[in-house]
Amino acid sequence: MNCTDFLAKLTDYFDGQIDPALLAEVKAHLGTCHHCEVVVDTTRKTIDVYRGAESYEFPEELSNRLRAAVMERCRASGKLRDIAVKSSCEPTGK
Amino acid sequence: MAVQTSPIADEPLEPVEETVVTEPQAEIHPDVALVERAKAGDTAAFEQLVRQYERQIFRTAQHITQNREDAEDITQDVFFKAFQKLDQFQGNSKFSTWLVRIAVNESLMRLRKRKTSKTVSMDQDVETDEGSIPRDFAEWRPNPEQNYSQSELAEILRKTIAGLPPGFRTVFTLRDIENLSTEETAAALGLSVPAVKSRLLRARLQLRERLSRYFRQNKEASK
Repeated sequence: MNCTDFLAKLTDYFDGQIDPALLAEVKAHLGTCHHCEVVVDTTRKTIDVYRGAESYEFPEELSNRLRAAVMERCRASGKLRDIAVKSSCEPTGK
Repeated sequence: MAVQTSPIADEPLEPVEETVVTEPQAEIHPDVALVERAKAGDTAAFEQLVRQYERQIFRTAQHITQNREDAEDITQDVFFKAFQKLDQFQGNSKFSTWLVRIAVNESLMRLRKRKTSKTVSMDQDVETDEGSIPRDFAEWRPNPEQNYSQSELAEILRKTIAGLPPGFRTVFTLRDIENLSTEETAAALGLSVPAVKSRLLRARLQLRERLSRYFRQNKEASK
């Protein structure tokens, strides 16, 4: 396996969707190619850093405002029961 | 590399189309009961669904549109449309995946409106070879994100992902940030699984190259 072959399998490798024989080839390549080892390591970190970070703030105020606007539009459509509107302010499970 | 034309390119997918994605587990998701109650007009049930997914929908919309005001409008529209079409949700896919699919359609439509003379689609710029072959082989510092404050890091990540073509950015957002499976991402975008994998690879590699400027061990090149 060369670097181009390795790259073609990178997505399947990350997603764990690779058959055992090919996985052995991938691992063998990684053991001999420092460049590909760095690519795997830094690509994994790229995914992790995006997954772990909250890139966009979603403050409580925004959450409340958006939800209130959505619910108002839904109520205005007339499809929600009046009694259910009341129950939204009460504890569930009664 | 062959690029599949997405139905999103010219004709927005109807958000009510529910693609069947086989789930490995047979357990009934708690959302199913909430959706049934909401279908019957139960306000509290629908409000609970909004509460559960508003952050995810907002984040998805903002990643795709790169605009906060658009993301706010889209979040409202997504939940209102979902409410109107609840009867058409049959539970064949996760409710969250169904919502994300609506959010993607709304976001891409918003991008199209912004660029009135040009079609914005999942296919835009994906034929470029830029970033498909790694060039930067520098190792990164251990826990490189810890060298930046939370706001600095958020700014770096926003700037970096904003530079990706929409077709790559959307696939990366759904697959790697929102944690949809490859099949769910393909269904949400109207793409084939191989097309999703191809775009995901290139998105990851391009982001890696760009982040490397900030995270590599060579401090002189870090800022």
